[in-house]
Amino acid sequence: MQKPVNQRAWILVLPVVALVAFSSLIPMMTVVNYSFQDSFGGNDFFWVGLEWYRELLRSERLWDALGRQLLFSFIILMIEIPLGILVALAMPKKGWLASLCLVLMALPLLIPYNVVGTIWQVFGRADIGLLGRVLTDLGISYNYAQNAFDAWVTVIAMDVWHWTSLVALLSYAGLRSIPSAYYQAAKIDQASRWSVFRYIELPKMRGVLVIAVLLRFMDSFMIYTEPFVLTGGGPGNATTFLSIDLVKMALGQFDLGPAAAFSLMYFLVILLISYVFYTVMVTIDKDEAAQ
Amino acid sequence: MSTPVSTHEAPPRKSPPRKTPKRLRLSAIVMTVYLLFLLVPIYWLTIMSFKSNSEILNAFTLFPADFTFENYETILTDPSWYMGYVNSFTYVALNTVISLGVALPAAYAFSRYRFYGDNHLFFWLLTNRMAPPAVFALPFFQLYSSVSLFDTHIAVALAHCLFNVPLAVWILEGFMRGIPREIDETAFIDGYSFTRFFTRIFIPMIAPGIGVTAFFCFMFSWVELLLSRTLTSVDAKPITAIMTRTVSASGLDWGVLAAAGVLTIIPGAIVIYFVRSYIAKGFALGRV
Repeated sequence: MQKPVNQRAWILVLPVVALVAFSSLIPMMTVVNYSFQDSFGGNDFFWVGLEWYRELLRSERLWDALGRQLLFSFIILMIEIPLGILVALAMPKKGWLASLCLVLMALPLLIPYNVVGTIWQVFGRADIGLLGRVLTDLGISYNYAQNAFDAWVTVIAMDVWHWTSLVALLSYAGLRSIPSAYYQAAKIDQASRWSVFRYIELPKMRGVLVIAVLLRFMDSFMIYTEPFVLTGGGPGNATTFLSIDLVKMALGQFDLGPAAAFSLMYFLVILLISYVFYTVMVTIDKDEAAQ
Repeated sequence: MSTPVSTHEAPPRKSPPRKTPKRLRLSAIVMTVYLLFLLVPIYWLTIMSFKSNSEILNAFTLFPADFTFENYETILTDPSWYMGYVNSFTYVALNTVISLGVALPAAYAFSRYRFYGDNHLFFWLLTNRMAPPAVFALPFFQLYSSVSLFDTHIAVALAHCLFNVPLAVWILEGFMRGIPREIDETAFIDGYSFTRFFTRIFIPMIAPGIGVTAFFCFMFSWVELLLSRTLTSVDAKPITAIMTRTVSASGLDWGVLAAAGVLTIIPGAIVIYFVRSYIAKGFALGRV
């Protein structure tokens, strides 16, 4: 079904454009402005051109944070996407049990980010937390505040705890939309459980899975509050991801120039990767509309 | 005679049901383990909120030995605590109203018409959902200070529009796409004006979509910390920021901290309960 061309539709979009321009374009221009200037305090700015960008691209701090960030997002996607699909397949299909599962699963998604951090901070402590205590009693040395590996495990467990339900709910919505005729046809062909999944469920979930990967990638790439509350970016710099580093630079040290240049590069990386996802998503939408 | 008949008949009758319970059992195990994984940390926080501080630090108990409401009393009687909840609710409500108000007509335009630059505009909106709040923390601080909106509820509400408006447009567009365009055309032929059609016919039809969108606006505004903390100091300080302050200041009052955490979970749980039938579709942004 082709949508008609109507330029007056712009009138309907105008409020959104005005609002988002106010809350995004104007601040963004400030950032761009800062990224090319330096100041000795006060309002005395002078032009430094691309100096900040050059300095940042040479600094190990940025590359380390970027490396950690990419590794983190990669691990998160590798765990959460398959686990989310598995949980969605295991969910009851109807009845009060299904509602109960939905409500319980959605619960972590509505907990404020810093409370998520607090929950795991408490849960993992060896003195007062269940997890820390049990692990210590089992003879496993575990201390997320001092050991970098433990800190990583905890941050990843926390994110899996927090966000896998999102992937599961998306996949569940995708599974629910498959007409039962497909399953009946598979039954007549005596298809195995695996081939039902591989040739019916997975292709039908394609659209929602792209959304899931897009959302999870974006959000894990700009994760800030949870690791900040849990470890404060430590031990050392072990869990200092890009956003934590940026906030340290901008609001902690008030290094406006480097922070602004950092912001822009950070944003561009996200934009680039998201654009790829978005293009894929639009193509899938069109494919489905064509069918 | 009866024995051979029963042995003969048993296998075909048995084999199909045997397959299903096995699969069901596996599903049940996966589901149970996953739900336990989700609920145990929440359980730990909840029981901690009912313990006294000395019990938390000195005794390791799976259930509060000395059940106390002291921590909740502290929060509910101290204005510097409970005003945090009031502030949070105020800006979350403001944000939801603003986001829905501007997103509804825009989503309608995107779902019904093609116009100059529509695809670019849609992607530009989405980029704001993708923008790290950390990038905007400092410029927002300066922008809202310069228009003297710093430390007001409306500043946080507007700041959260950065990611909630694009999301609202995205979800609503997905829901509106599911409604056939013939309905609009019929209404216009019947002499409805656009505003009358939109408010009387169209909005009631996508009521579930609006509910889900409101839920998401609530959710993302409620859970956000970085921007709301940066843009407030006293008068509009949200509960989440108050909690982090308490951790860094004393770092000891675990019971009160746990109680404050539990109180932030409750509104979310209530909201989920109301939208539970639409939640899956909502998370798929209406695109199922």
